[in-house]
Amino acid sequence: MDAVGLEERAASLAKRSIKKQSKIEGLRLAISCMDLTTLEGKDSPGRVAQLCRKAINPNPADPSIPSVAAVCVYSSLVAAAKSALRGSGVKIASVATAFPSGLAPLDVKLRETQEAVETGADEIDMVINRGAFLAGKRDEVAREIAAVKQACGSARLKVILETGELVTYDNVRRASWLAMEAGADFIKTSTGKVSPAATLPVALAMLEAVRDFETLHGRRVGVKVAGGIRTAKNALQYLVLVNETLGDAWLSPQFFRIGASSLLNDVLMQIAKERTGAYQGEDYFTKD
Amino acid sequence: MPANSRLAVRKTYKLFIDGAFARSESGRTFPFEHRGGITHVARATRKDLRDAVRAARAALRAWRDRTAYNRGQILYRLGEIMEDRRGELIESIARSGVAAATAEKEVDASVDRVVWYAGWCDKIEQWLSTKNPVAGPHFNVSSPEPTGVVGIVAPQRPSLLGLVSTIVPPLCAADAVVAIASDVNPLSAIAFAEALATSDLPAGVVNILTGERSELTPHLARHMDVHGLDLWVEDDELEERAADLACASVKRVRRSDPRSSAFWFGDTSMSPRWIESFMEIKTVWHPAGW
Amino acid sequence: MKVDPKTRGNGINERARDRVSVAAPPSAASNKWQYAPAPEAHDYIKLRSRYDLFVGGKWRKPKSGRYFASINPATEETLCEVADANEADVAGAVAAARTAYEKYWRKMPGASRAKYAYRIARAITERSREIAVLETVDGGKPIKESRDVDVPLAAAHFFYYAGWADKLEWAFPNADPRPVGVAGQIIPWNFPILMAAWKVAPAIACGNAVVLKPAETTPLTALLLAEIVEQADLPPGVVNIITGGAATGAALVNADGLDKVAFTGSTEVGKQIARACAKTKRRLTLELGGKAANIIFEDAPMDQAIEGIINGIFFNQGHVCCAGSRLLVQESIHELVVTKLHRRMQTLRLGDPLDKNTDVGAINSKAQLEKIEMLAATGDADGCTRFQTECRLPSRGYWFRPTFFTGVALSHRIAQEEIFGPVLSVLTFRTPEEAVEKANNTPYGLSAGVWTDKGSKNFEIVRRLEAGVVWANTFNKFDPSSPFGGYKESGFGREGGVHGLLPYVEI
Repeated sequence: MDAVGLEERAASLAKRSIKKQSKIEGLRLAISCMDLTTLEGKDSPGRVAQLCRKAINPNPADPSIPSVAAVCVYSSLVAAAKSALRGSGVKIASVATAFPSGLAPLDVKLRETQEAVETGADEIDMVINRGAFLAGKRDEVAREIAAVKQACGSARLKVILETGELVTYDNVRRASWLAMEAGADFIKTSTGKVSPAATLPVALAMLEAVRDFETLHGRRVGVKVAGGIRTAKNALQYLVLVNETLGDAWLSPQFFRIGASSLLNDVLMQIAKERTGAYQGEDYFTKD
Repeated sequence: MPANSRLAVRKTYKLFIDGAFARSESGRTFPFEHRGGITHVARATRKDLRDAVRAARAALRAWRDRTAYNRGQILYRLGEIMEDRRGELIESIARSGVAAATAEKEVDASVDRVVWYAGWCDKIEQWLSTKNPVAGPHFNVSSPEPTGVVGIVAPQRPSLLGLVSTIVPPLCAADAVVAIASDVNPLSAIAFAEALATSDLPAGVVNILTGERSELTPHLARHMDVHGLDLWVEDDELEERAADLACASVKRVRRSDPRSSAFWFGDTSMSPRWIESFMEIKTVWHPAGW
Repeated sequence: MKVDPKTRGNGINERARDRVSVAAPPSAASNKWQYAPAPEAHDYIKLRSRYDLFVGGKWRKPKSGRYFASINPATEETLCEVADANEADVAGAVAAARTAYEKYWRKMPGASRAKYAYRIARAITERSREIAVLETVDGGKPIKESRDVDVPLAAAHFFYYAGWADKLEWAFPNADPRPVGVAGQIIPWNFPILMAAWKVAPAIACGNAVVLKPAETTPLTALLLAEIVEQADLPPGVVNIITGGAATGAALVNADGLDKVAFTGSTEVGKQIARACAKTKRRLTLELGGKAANIIFEDAPMDQAIEGIINGIFFNQGHVCCAGSRLLVQESIHELVVTKLHRRMQTLRLGDPLDKNTDVGAINSKAQLEKIEMLAATGDADGCTRFQTECRLPSRGYWFRPTFFTGVALSHRIAQEEIFGPVLSVLTFRTPEEAVEKANNTPYGLSAGVWTDKGSKNFEIVRRLEAGVVWANTFNKFDPSSPFGGYKESGFGREGGVHGLLPYVEI
């Protein structure tokens, strides 16, 4: 891959001007593709329960706003999320495999995965072993992914590449390909714990890998961008990338997700601005 | 004092480090007597100098990564700002006892010199690069790169034109600068710093210290993270000591004697060679073949 | 999905050689997420209903008494009227330039010329949005391009050459550089403000006075430049701008009192101008047509190469002398490249040039559209296979869908003649030697592109290509510091960089 050319293409797509009805549509799509996330050491069942309420009904003042796609939490909080989300269509995504570092024995990682699924996770967000990858032990990385996929059972597997640590786009491409071949249902940019996290060129590299993979193997893999996406404008830029690289089939929560937390309110404020014409204030949108 | 006369608001002159104006960490000042009275100017310590070098080092990479065009635009903007502040700059020189007409001439020359160098930013590489016809199937190119952090002990006089003439060329080279101002007239240096601060120049690219030159110069000369040294020191002994201390890290050193007014106001003191002084030549080889 | 070590690739070298996407991918028009119109605001821009000639620092009525309309090729609406300069008008402009040159411009210190040029550069940047909108409505190119490419480059060009005005002894040591005198400059309709900058900036920086004639279909931004020149207080007569058609251009080339002619345009007209200048001693530079080869190897950074190919031929609707109009594809990746190109083309948005999301604008004129249609038809007639963007064309205006032909041979007209439109001819090669041979097998030699991840191959190819501008793993990159110009029938002389000073100095 050529980094300069890739970044130019991403920058060019980022300049798309999304206005009026297409902006509202895009923003609603962004919400319905969102994995509302809390991944802090201080998370508790109470915190998760409140987040889940926000996930189901992001803006009670506007009933037309859809629920988000999923809530993303640490595996020990899956049970709390399950109880809070009962009856809604919102999925539970659990991070597992010694998130965020991934540096723990394999059997520990697999057991965590299994327990998360047993307690109710619909989706597992795993991390790849970046140390092994950068040391060239690609087979080991692939084997781990395949093993976690198996432990997932019917749950969908998202594979976090931690692109900020991979540094080059060639590495991002290789890791994407490796993950897809090993059975990933989604490839995901970042844990959100390392900077840089998601960037438009990195996402573009992954989208292009997904496109080539589908052409070659006939299987659609989803893409999740996560980490550092805080503004509605940025979310729309990612949607443009998906739209113009992969097209309609990927413009749904089935194959595209945005992992975020504070993004949700910025999107709600932008939707309100489109509807009323007035710039909004934070006080009018609940934090959770 | 008559009932309707207006009281002036007196200015405090601080050091310019990392894009901000700060007093010396020691709180020291020295009194500078001039036509307007006495001003207590910040007296920098070696710790202030250390902070300035750190800021310059930190600013280097981003300054170098800007396009040459952008550096040229910033320097041109500096010219615009200085032009706008002519009055203040003239006053800062005249106060130290220079005749008003000469002060004006000095400011004109300073602004024009900045504009002249602005146009070198995106040309110096062309002027100094070569593609070399090595005897073999290799592509071979030599081109200049910035030396790094350049320490400048600025000319004592002319206090503004001398400072501008020594600080600006390394900026064209994409170096970062730590300058010790004239102590014969430190006020112009700070007025100039204020123009720098409003010219879109990234913080840390230029740092200007006022203070005791004999105290600060050896610290600058022996600092291991300063890569180039431009000495306009009037005291021979101090100059030699600084040149000696600079050897510990093999700094690129330029030593100059005090020069005449004719030198500073003429073409002799503006040249792309002044940019070249603080650049390194890199040569790259690559084979050409299937 | 089990991992089979034998088939696992690394993603980098995967090629979909075994798969062919037969059906045309859906076009942007049928997407489920449609972008709403996003027009660039332009109601604050005021166009005069009629423009005169800018000669000797004043706006003067044409002695011909004639005006002609400038129309918006996207809507066919008339924008305004501009003057049609006749021989007497041209003579007057040249005389004004001569007066300015002799009386003060040749004697003006370089530092002052520099300051004038800097003023112009800054003014272009300040009024950049206005200029970009005018460029788009006058010529048909997307606002995205005029805003992000044409206008910034034009400002940069003045800024760069301003910096040389007082440094000529450094550019040409021991050579006593002096100005040439009065230059007549004729520019085309594809990059009007940019071409004006490319001509005027180095000329005035070096102390010459100029008479500039913009193209017949795109006079407006040159006239805005005249306003900028006026407001920069440039001494009268240093820059004169006269509008008109082919006859005006011919009158300028043949006018008495010119020391130099600079022309950018078609090779055909360039040859006529060269013959006219051969009768005199005036200096000449020509920047003419091209039929650039864009070479893609199997080890190219594939998706970026596809972008480069697309950009190479569809940027500015292909109205580019250095367009990559002949794609030379290594046969082993032919199917893959065609599939990817065809798919990528469908996301090109063709339509209102003032819409910020438009990628492909209008064809500059009816005449040009007819020429493109005629040449494209020869592709069909020669048995080549046509692929194009499936999109609706607006009902008014001049439009041509981005198109490429496969199965093209070097002898086909669409491989030999400059189409100057969004039409790409795709040919194959097998070895690098063959690629170079095919690339050079043309009377043109303006530009070329090469795509490969292998460094040594890049360096060898760029060494062997007979073209004045070679883009390796990129395309359509321009910079005021980078010399641009052709080999062979693409012209002679360079614009940009130190070499771009040469046509405007006597040394």
